Amino acid sequence: MIKVENLVKTFGPKRAVDGVSFSVERGEVLGFLGPNGAGKSTSMRMITGFIPPTEGKVFVGGYDMVENPIPAKRMIGYLPENAPAYTDMTVNGFLNFAAELRGLRGEDRKKAVNRVVEMCFLEGVIHQSVDTLSKGYRHRTCFAQSIIHDPDILVLDEPTDGLDPNQKHEVRNLIRRMGEKKAIIFSTHILEEVEAVCSRAIIIDRGKIVANGTPEELKQRSDYAGAVSVRVLGVPGETVRQRLGAIPLARKAAIVREAPEYVHARVYPQGNQRNGELARSIAEVSLKEGWKIEELHTEEGRLDEVFRAITLPDTVKENNR
Amino acid sequence: MNSAVANVRTIAKRELGGYFASPVAYVFIVIFLLLCGFFTFMLGGFFERREASLVSFFLWHPWLYLFLVPAAGMRLWSEERRLGTMELLLTMPITAWQAIVGKFLASWLFLALALALTFPVVMTVNYLGDADNGVIFCGYIGSLLLAGAYLAVSCLTSAMTRNQVISFIISVVICLFLILAGWPPVTNLLVRWAPEWLVSGVVAFSVIPHFDGFQRGVLDSRDLIFFLSIIGFSLFATGVIIRNLRSGH
Repeated sequence: MIKVENLVKTFGPKRAVDGVSFSVERGEVLGFLGPNGAGKSTSMRMITGFIPPTEGKVFVGGYDMVENPIPAKRMIGYLPENAPAYTDMTVNGFLNFAAELRGLRGEDRKKAVNRVVEMCFLEGVIHQSVDTLSKGYRHRTCFAQSIIHDPDILVLDEPTDGLDPNQKHEVRNLIRRMGEKKAIIFSTHILEEVEAVCSRAIIIDRGKIVANGTPEELKQRSDYAGAVSVRVLGVPGETVRQRLGAIPLARKAAIVREAPEYVHARVYPQGNQRNGELARSIAEVSLKEGWKIEELHTEEGRLDEVFRAITLPDTVKENNR
Repeated sequence: MNSAVANVRTIAKRELGGYFASPVAYVFIVIFLLLCGFFTFMLGGFFERREASLVSFFLWHPWLYLFLVPAAGMRLWSEERRLGTMELLLTMPITAWQAIVGKFLASWLFLALALALTFPVVMTVNYLGDADNGVIFCGYIGSLLLAGAYLAVSCLTSAMTRNQVISFIISVVICLFLILAGWPPVTNLLVRWAPEWLVSGVVAFSVIPHFDGFQRGVLDSRDLIFFLSIIGFSLFATGVIIRNLRSGH
C-alpha cells in the first residue's frame, strides 16, 4: 500500500533523510524507531505529501505522491507530531471540518464524526473548545481526525506521546485492532510499544535505515538474546562466575549483582543460539555443585539494548565498552 | 471542479468561523465603525461640505485600512504555522491553492461584512439630500477592492513568518508604500537619481489614483484590473512562499 523508494531529503548541507526504502502492506503495523532528529518525522512528512522529497519516490496505493497527490492523500489518515488542532474550534467543529475536507457530507459526515468520537472517547468534550482541552484529549482529537474517513493507510507520528498509561494502552489497542485491516506506520520512542503493537519495525538513524525486521528478529541482535540469567543462594560470586563460565556452551559468565544472600549472574551463549541447552547445562552444574537456585531463565533479548547498540554514535559506544 | 469549490467553501467557512469564535471579529467591527464615523464626520467635515456625497467617508478608507486590514489578515497563515495545523491542512486531499483562496475569501467576506455595516451613513446621506447612489455603490466597490488588495498583501506577509506581529508590521509597510507610491514627496525622492522607467513604475503601483476613479463614480476596467492583479499577484506569491516552506528552502 505504501512504497517508499530511495527517499532523500536535504536541508541545506544536512541530509535529514538519506536513501530510505521500505514498503508496508495491508495488515501490517510498521514501527518507526529512531533517536530524536533521526529523520522519522521528515520521512513521515514526505510520505503524507506535506513536503516534497529531494530525491526518491513515494507511492501510496499505487499513486505517486508528487505527481498525483490528491488521490494519494485521500487514502491516508495522518496524525502529525504534537497533534496540532485549530485552537479556536470546538472538538465537534474540528472533526466536522476534517470530515468535510475528506469529502464526507450530510448523514455520512454525522456518522463518521459520531464513530470517531466514540472510538476515541471524546463524548465528554465534544462541545469544548480545543484550547481548553488537556494534552491527552487534544491528542485524541487529532487522532480522531486522522481516522475520520476510515482510511486504508494510517501514518501516526508519536501517537501515544503525552498520554497517560491508560490512554496509551487504549491507543495501542486501537492501533493493533485497526492494523488488521489497514497499513499503519507509526513512530515512537517507546520500545515496549513496538513489541506490543508492531508486526515489523524499522530503526532509522541519521537519516538511514539501520535495522528492519520483526520485533523478535531485532531482539535476536541483542547481546542478551539467549543469555541465561541465574540467581544462586549462598555461594560466592567469583565461584559462580568461574564455574558457569567453564561450561562448554557458554561464551562468558558475568556477575550482575552480588548481594550478601544471593548472586545474580548472567551467562552468555556461544554464537547466538537460543534453545534451552545452556539453561539445562547450568541446571546440571548447579545440581552437581549443590547450589540453591532461586531463579533461572533464558532471556529473549532486549529491544532497548539493540536500539542503543545500533543508534549510539560510535564514540559513545567505545566509551561504554 | 465541484470538489474544488466545496473545499474552498469548507476552508472559508472554518476561517470565517475562526473570526467570530474569538472577540477579534467584534472588536474589529466596532473599531472599524467607530473610526469610520470619526473620520467621516469629524475629520472629513461631512456636514460642512453641504453636499449629498460620501466623499468624506471614502476619503479616509485607504488610511483606515492601512492598519485594520493587516490586523485582520495577519493571522491567516502565521497562525497555521505557529499551531502546526498547516501540516494537517496541506496533507488533506486539497491543493494549496484551494486553501489560499479559501482563506483569502473568508477574510475578504469578513471585511465586506464590516464595510456593509456602514450602511447607516448611506441612509443618512440619502435622508439629508439627493445622493447619487450609483456613485456611492461604485465607491463601495472601490473600497472593497482596496481592502482586498491590502488583504492579499497581508496574506502574503503572514505566510512569510509564524510571528503575527512581524507579519502585521511588514504588511503595513507594504500597504503604506502602495498608498504613498504616487505621492510627490516619495516620487521626488526617486526622481533625482532613478531612471525614468523606475519612477513611472513606482508611481504605477500607487493605489490612490485607482481608488479615486471609483470615488468619482467611474467604473474603469483598468482600475478594476489594477486591484485584481495586486490580489492575484499577492496570492500567487503566497503560494510560492508556502511551496518553498514545504520544500524546506
